[in-house]
Amino acid sequence: MSQAEVRNLLVAAALLGLAALLPLTGDGYYIALGVTIAMYTVLATSWALFSGPTHYISLATAAFYGLGTYTVALGIDVVPYWLLLVIALVVGAVAAGLVGLATLRLSGVYFVIFTLGLAEMIRQVVTWVQNNFAGHRGLYVLTDITEEVIYWELLGLAALVFLAGWLINRSRLGFALRIIGNDEVVAAHSGINTARAKVLLFMVSGGVAAVVGALLAPRWTYIEPSLAFTPLISFTVVIMALLGGAGRLWGPVIGVVPFAILWEITSAQFPNQRSLLLGIAFLLIVYAIPNGIIGRVEDVVRRVRQRRQA
Amino acid sequence: MDILIAGLLLGGTYALIAMGLNLQYGVARIMNLANGELLVAGGFAAFWVYTSGQVSPLAAILLVAPAAFVLNWLIYRIMLRPLVGRAKSRGQLEVDSILATFGLSFILVGVMLAIFGGDYFSYSYLATPVSLFGSNFGLNRVVAFLMASLIALALFLWLNLTRPGMAIRAVSVSPESARLVGIDVRRLSALAFALGGAVTAVGGALISTFLTLDASIGILFTMKALIIVIMGGVGDIRGTIVAALILGLAETLVATVIDPGLTLAAAYLMFILILLFRPQGLFGRRTL
Repeated sequence: MSQAEVRNLLVAAALLGLAALLPLTGDGYYIALGVTIAMYTVLATSWALFSGPTHYISLATAAFYGLGTYTVALGIDVVPYWLLLVIALVVGAVAAGLVGLATLRLSGVYFVIFTLGLAEMIRQVVTWVQNNFAGHRGLYVLTDITEEVIYWELLGLAALVFLAGWLINRSRLGFALRIIGNDEVVAAHSGINTARAKVLLFMVSGGVAAVVGALLAPRWTYIEPSLAFTPLISFTVVIMALLGGAGRLWGPVIGVVPFAILWEITSAQFPNQRSLLLGIAFLLIVYAIPNGIIGRVEDVVRRVRQRRQA
Repeated sequence: MDILIAGLLLGGTYALIAMGLNLQYGVARIMNLANGELLVAGGFAAFWVYTSGQVSPLAAILLVAPAAFVLNWLIYRIMLRPLVGRAKSRGQLEVDSILATFGLSFILVGVMLAIFGGDYFSYSYLATPVSLFGSNFGLNRVVAFLMASLIALALFLWLNLTRPGMAIRAVSVSPESARLVGIDVRRLSALAFALGGAVTAVGGALISTFLTLDASIGILFTMKALIIVIMGGVGDIRGTIVAALILGLAETLVATVIDPGLTLAAAYLMFILILLFRPQGLFGRRTL
């Protein structure tokens, strides 16, 4: 490790430790907000692990998240909770693997379209199965896990995701993905198995999203398909990650914090205007800050440095 | 037999919507994810003129089509042309246009929610039974199917027999080569995008005569139209029509035999089969 890397690691650990102190305020509102931010941090960062280097826009987050939630809802009375988290990870990764195998061999558009309706499709199937074979609509998740614990769990997961992202970036897989993102034809010609690399990373991303769903299941106590598979999560995650900047590991967090707060306020006070907010955010990303806030900041830094040299 | 006819009637309207999307994606190279919202807007317009002025939804098409044409032309000129200009590769244009049209679609949903509220809306027009091959179908469905077929046929003939139609097909095959033979690609792309939007909005007006719509249902139609376009092959009108009829049949079959709540799952099944076995579309040829 170089000196800069050690410094970055220490800064990250310090920030994480600071964030872990939040529940000590004892204020329920801030803890709830903290859970939301931590949840989106994990989701957006793991989304960017795959979509950042490859530029494939995945809208499947809600589907994997819902699968995780449902894993817990179905198994909570049978299996210990920690084991359910592992199962959720596997379920999410396998689902992502299947989606990836079907679509990632083809061009990016097929992938976007397929993931766009995925959550809604799974919701239809789950609803149908519950109505016809289970005889009831929802499931209860009754545990003694508090908001504070969920918050710490999510922070821990965030730390793991950052670590994984850092390791992937240094690995052959990460290098392969950056080449694929720059030019897929070149990547294929230099002997990279492009489909395998993409599917593998998509599985990481899907598995993490499922674990987030599983961690949040105890928050709801009563779980039904329309709650677990809310398509909006997919869109907010994309916006947050791109707003911060998907090109850097820590980029998405920069977008998560302001947008999650804005989203909470809008949802509470003007629920009908949420759709407008999403629309404006998308247009802002495309037209004003195509490389995210990070991209903007880096541009400014570069320009200042050039001026100093001149 | 019932399923067959009902499926074909539904598929006919789907064909029209998907033709609109295919013009936008196949020619103008813009994956327009706001397509379904424009469809719903067309439906809203028909609803509005019918309930407030007792104007027949079929006559409303005369109003909806030019309005949607102008609106889509403006969308292309103002929002999308800058993206076409700055894109370094086709992949980047796709990502940009997907994000931009997502933005547009959410804004349209927001605007429609603000104007019409979140309620379902439907009206009763020509809701009289008509007998076909021994079973009864709503007259509105039959009329919508006939209108859709008529417009689709006119579009098909225009694309295949006229000079501008041929130019549009040339752009769809290869924008670079089309330029070399003196076709104004920029102008035709805008034209195709606007025309596609108008066709979709007309489809929405027709659908509103027999389906209940609400402000946020557009994405579902976008999804279906996308699946049809991919199934039929991008830029292939004939394939689009066949694929739309197949999807209409499959949905009706699943809705009648298994459960009406599973129509999207049925569409997905077809989508997966196509992706696995014929990703170039039913009639498409492999290009890469």
